[in-house]
Amino acid sequence: MRSLLRLITCGSVDDGKSTLIGRLLADCGAIPSDRLVGVTDLALLADGLEAEREQGITIDVAHLYFEHGGRRFILADAPGHEQYTRNMATAASRADLAIVLVDATRGVLPQTRRHLAIARLLGIRSFVLAVNKMDLVAFDRARFDAIATSFREALDRVGGGACAAIPVSALNGDNVATQSPATPWYDGPALLAHLERVAPADGPSLAAFRMPVQHVVRADGQRFYAGTIAAGTIRPGDEVVVAPSGRRLAVGRIVTRDGDLAQAGIGRSIALTLAGDVDCSRGDMIADPADPPGAGDQFEATLIWMDEAPLVPGRQYLMKIGTQTVPATLHAPKYRLDVETLAHLAAKTLALNDIGVANLWTARPILFEPYEKSRDLGGFILIDRITNATVAAGLIHFALRRSENIHAQAIAVTPARRAALMGQRPKLLWFTGLSGAGKSTIANLVEAKLHAMGRHSFLLDGDNVRRGLNRDLGFTEADRVENIRRVGETARLMLDAGLIVLAAFISPFRAEREMVRAMMPEGDFVEIFVDTPLAEAEQRDTKGLYRKARAGRLANFTGIDSPYERPDAPEITIDTLATSAEAAADAVIEWLERRGLFA
Amino acid sequence: MTDELLQALEADSIHILREAVAEAARPVMLFSAGKDSAVMLHLARKAFFPAPPPFPLLHVDTGWKFKEMYALRDAAAAEAGIPLIVHRNPEAEARGINPFDHGSALHTELWKTEGLKQALDAGRYDMVFGGARRDEEASRAKERIFSVRSASHGWDPKRQRPEPWRLYNARTAPGESIRVFPLSDWTERDIWTYIAAERIAVASLYFAAERPTVRRGDALIIVDDDRFRLAPGESPAPRRVRVRTLGCYPLTGAIESDAADIDAILAEMAADRTSERAGRLIDRDQPASMERKKRQGYF
Repeated sequence: MRSLLRLITCGSVDDGKSTLIGRLLADCGAIPSDRLVGVTDLALLADGLEAEREQGITIDVAHLYFEHGGRRFILADAPGHEQYTRNMATAASRADLAIVLVDATRGVLPQTRRHLAIARLLGIRSFVLAVNKMDLVAFDRARFDAIATSFREALDRVGGGACAAIPVSALNGDNVATQSPATPWYDGPALLAHLERVAPADGPSLAAFRMPVQHVVRADGQRFYAGTIAAGTIRPGDEVVVAPSGRRLAVGRIVTRDGDLAQAGIGRSIALTLAGDVDCSRGDMIADPADPPGAGDQFEATLIWMDEAPLVPGRQYLMKIGTQTVPATLHAPKYRLDVETLAHLAAKTLALNDIGVANLWTARPILFEPYEKSRDLGGFILIDRITNATVAAGLIHFALRRSENIHAQAIAVTPARRAALMGQRPKLLWFTGLSGAGKSTIANLVEAKLHAMGRHSFLLDGDNVRRGLNRDLGFTEADRVENIRRVGETARLMLDAGLIVLAAFISPFRAEREMVRAMMPEGDFVEIFVDTPLAEAEQRDTKGLYRKARAGRLANFTGIDSPYERPDAPEITIDTLATSAEAAADAVIEWLERRGLFA
Repeated sequence: MTDELLQALEADSIHILREAVAEAARPVMLFSAGKDSAVMLHLARKAFFPAPPPFPLLHVDTGWKFKEMYALRDAAAAEAGIPLIVHRNPEAEARGINPFDHGSALHTELWKTEGLKQALDAGRYDMVFGGARRDEEASRAKERIFSVRSASHGWDPKRQRPEPWRLYNARTAPGESIRVFPLSDWTERDIWTYIAAERIAVASLYFAAERPTVRRGDALIIVDDDRFRLAPGESPAPRRVRVRTLGCYPLTGAIESDAADIDAILAEMAADRTSERAGRLIDRDQPASMERKKRQGYF
């Protein structure tokens, strides 16, 4: 039975971090003898890249593996300098424990506070203070105690945690692998013995079952929902809820290639069958129905900026959280953190290695937990949509509006969110005018232009609607009102879906046009009066309807025996005698652009 | 499997395999029939169970692998129920590139690095699984689990994407691809313990037996067939040997050993602390050999 401990080491090169790591590895027999050939300094063993050896610096996180006393250690060795905050945060993101080195001759430094703050921020609650170079202070107990005291104060300031303090000399091996006779006043274990035995402080507290769905396996006419358990445990027969749909059903089997399991807990990669048909795919989450995950689309989060290009407030990035990837937009930071003093500094942006707090909103609601409850469900990365670089790591604090909750089936994909997904503001462009005025022609051209611009639109045309949705309606005034009412309702649904809707209807009565206007959110109804004098329309008579009406073979024809009420204050008026259809369409597009419809 | 460590490593690797497949358009798994390949394929079969892994295996062949590896390779693919693609660089074939006339560096570059690039381009694969581990070699220790390669398959160690938590960024520009290493956190010892626990079939070459060998410098080379060029006066002598890694047989150094089963191998590893790839001549044919090969597109 071997256990696994993930740890990071913090400290600058001068603190002797590399020497300590080299000694740990060497004393555990983890360094192959052929790699030791020519190595005079244990500290050089971790720098694996040519550029690192050339420049004598550590560029990136190295992962080192050693085993001792029945425990495996995965050590993420991150460079300690300020300019590598992103690497330290990356290394700390999965660590159970941090070893923080302090040079006995220098004591707790601003750098120490920085490391503590970042490690604690990323969720580490177990620390080992290694007071190094004790040989240079004659193994002085008072010196060690003073450093340990000021270290614990610094740790308490960033949130506290379990902490063991060990006096060591990495260079000579005192209290590293074996207890040193030079510190008779120290009765604790050597570093390695401590690491073997330490039980890391309890991490995130979430007990309820959570499994983000990674992949759906189809086999034998069945679906198997594959994922890694992020919290809690599961047994066959347990009732679960599939978020965000809110569907509740029972777990059938816990499937693995080694046979079905009677129970599976956090960290296991499994596949579940569910008793019943359900729409469940990657990005969904299978969860405890008594305590389902939160859902939200606006958050406050801590961001660790990791890219050379700084944060651009208002720009859309891709957010990957668990198995969900959604567009997300950042607001300007509320503040930037001074990681030594924890002071909040004013900030308009975040640059490389900055840590700050900002609000963000996602194009659709996501399932999440606050980071302090679950690293896997509350930690996210942001990806630049153009360069594909991972530009930031983020930690969700809380949703700004926690109204959405799958209990209430209220994963409200609101019109605004659908529109945001389409990157446009929905509008209803209502073309009104006499028969033959040119409404459909112009509306068609406008839609073609919108389409060419990559906009999502739909054209409702009077004749087409009357062939389907409204084929039961005639041309009496009552039917005409009902015709427009239905078209208005249809258009409203399409607006809710995020579309730019174009409607070309004679719609002769002012009241119905106002009714439709009132159905829409304020400002979304755009009345476009296609103004063609009756004589001109009658002369064009493209469909031969005027002739029929004049001949008495068509009753209730607008302009002949039924009135047309001109708009009082249309948003746009098109004089078709003075303007070509093409120019009219351009004018409509320009009007929309001026109002930031495509912003 | 009761070992907590192996269970954690297995779960993480399965997570990585699924994550990559979910985000890839055309995944493929490199398969060389070595012990790491065998473990990686075994994990893939677990990750997508009860379906077979949803990608083919790709073997970039040099024609100089041990005979036994070819047999194992074909059997493993057939048993997993997935297609096997074998690619041999036609240029290297036409020019008869071999380790004897052309040296290990050119042989490796043409057959393996160029051959791999050809095969990946031909298949338009955007996600390539490899069985490399971070404990194998110093530059590997610095490599991400999801490693972006340029359209020309190059690796830029300074432009790696941070990988906090278990969040892997698999997005690529056209032509770019991602190399995914599901065994990153495993060590040689874990691999052997897992092979024993899961009863995974591996080549008998890993276990000590009497084999015809010649000594070349400080390396013992197993003479696997009669294409081996013997130097004047040289004749293969039987020695009790085994290999720690499998590559092209004329470039793979064997070690003298009595370790005939996995327990013995683990004991031998604990006692002898040379690194696993010490027997790989290609790791030492130039300074920072592996890092440079990776920059050129070596997997």
